Amino acid sequence: MMLGKADAVLVEKLRLRIIDATAPILDVLSRPVDVVTHTVEQAHDWMAIHDENERLREDRARLMQWQTVARRLEAENAALKQLLHFVPEPEGQFVTARVVADSGGAFAHSLLLSAGLRDGVDKGHPVVSDEALVGRIAGVARHSARVLLITDLNSRIPVFVGPTRTRAILAGDNTSRPKLVYLAPEAVVSPGDLIATSGHAGVFPSGIPVGIVNSVGDGEIRVKPYLERERLEYLRVIDYGLTGILGGPPAAAPVAVPNAADPKEVAGSQEGTEP
Amino acid sequence: MRPTFWSKVDTAARKLTPFGLTMLLVLIGAVPLHLPGIASVTPLLPLIGIYYWAIYRPDLMPVSAVFVIGILYDALSGTPMGVSAAVFVIVHGIIDSQRRFFAGKSFMIIWLGFFLVSAGALLAIWILVSAYYGTFVKSEALIFQYVITLGCFPLLSWALLRWQRAFLRQA
Repeated sequence: MMLGKADAVLVEKLRLRIIDATAPILDVLSRPVDVVTHTVEQAHDWMAIHDENERLREDRARLMQWQTVARRLEAENAALKQLLHFVPEPEGQFVTARVVADSGGAFAHSLLLSAGLRDGVDKGHPVVSDEALVGRIAGVARHSARVLLITDLNSRIPVFVGPTRTRAILAGDNTSRPKLVYLAPEAVVSPGDLIATSGHAGVFPSGIPVGIVNSVGDGEIRVKPYLERERLEYLRVIDYGLTGILGGPPAAAPVAVPNAADPKEVAGSQEGTEP
Repeated sequence: MRPTFWSKVDTAARKLTPFGLTMLLVLIGAVPLHLPGIASVTPLLPLIGIYYWAIYRPDLMPVSAVFVIGILYDALSGTPMGVSAAVFVIVHGIIDSQRRFFAGKSFMIIWLGFFLVSAGALLAIWILVSAYYGTFVKSEALIFQYVITLGCFPLLSWALLRWQRAFLRQA
């Protein structure tokens, strides 16, 4: 264990070797479980088909209105971007991979994926499910990769909070509700505010939805992530061509200092560690 | 009668099964079950395997095998490498020192022993992980993981007992 601290690179390599060797076995073992889950889900769906239909009708009516609004905004946005000669963010390429293991236990929140270096997955790539952030690739072997979930103790993600786009760091602590830290003291945050990645530190692109503010109080703000760990089956690993600060060994990752343009703001956000 | 080559291979293969089965328990514990909330309370199945074999067939569960099982568990679960390995080795050592106590005891006593051993093991893992990260790791699910591991014990040890009777009688 102490060796792990001393030579993190070597130990991580060993871990990845083991993962790579066992991933095919896990892949086979997890298939029957998936079949059972699917069958149960299908039965559920059949039973709820009437209610679901009703709900979808309502949703559709509501979404049609939104679609009109979105079309208008899209056109407006495109026109304005053209006026400003806006440089678009790079579009990501993605790889879809199956979750072959979720062995976290009570001490670590991580998953193993059935795709690795060979498939274009690399360390630091964001992992999403249904467009919501799940985590990032913490280690990658030839045919498999390890995902660090945003709820893990080691996860630190720069985010924007709410409509004001206040900067903060989303810090996992092995509970299902990660907390917001390094928030500016004057920031106003209320339950229900949306959290999305900010793109600082250059690892994730900005704007990937993460979750909503769950509770505010007692000097800490908890976030309810969109991620539902038990439902994760196929995940998308996105390559935006960003490497950012994750070049070094994984041990260097825990604290991500926001790579802000305005030095004053960085100082402010670090002073107000926990409001 | 001198054993033939194939009977030797057969015996060797049988003797490897306690280790193999416990490795399999590690893998089974890692399979995603898609049940709400199960992920963080996955039972510590390999501990049951190690406990069982260390009591009933210590000759087939040497300390080196225990260490390898622990390393596999650490690699897959994402805990710092060596934490579970160290704890499993300690558990093995404790059972080894209490061999006289466990000999010929009823299932209830063995199960009660597992209550203590698994509590100690989970606590030790928690302490080591906390020491590694230099902070008290929050583990809201630890107590549930403990209870579920205890609940799995009778079922799993029954299965292992059948295995032992079927394949390891002569080995």
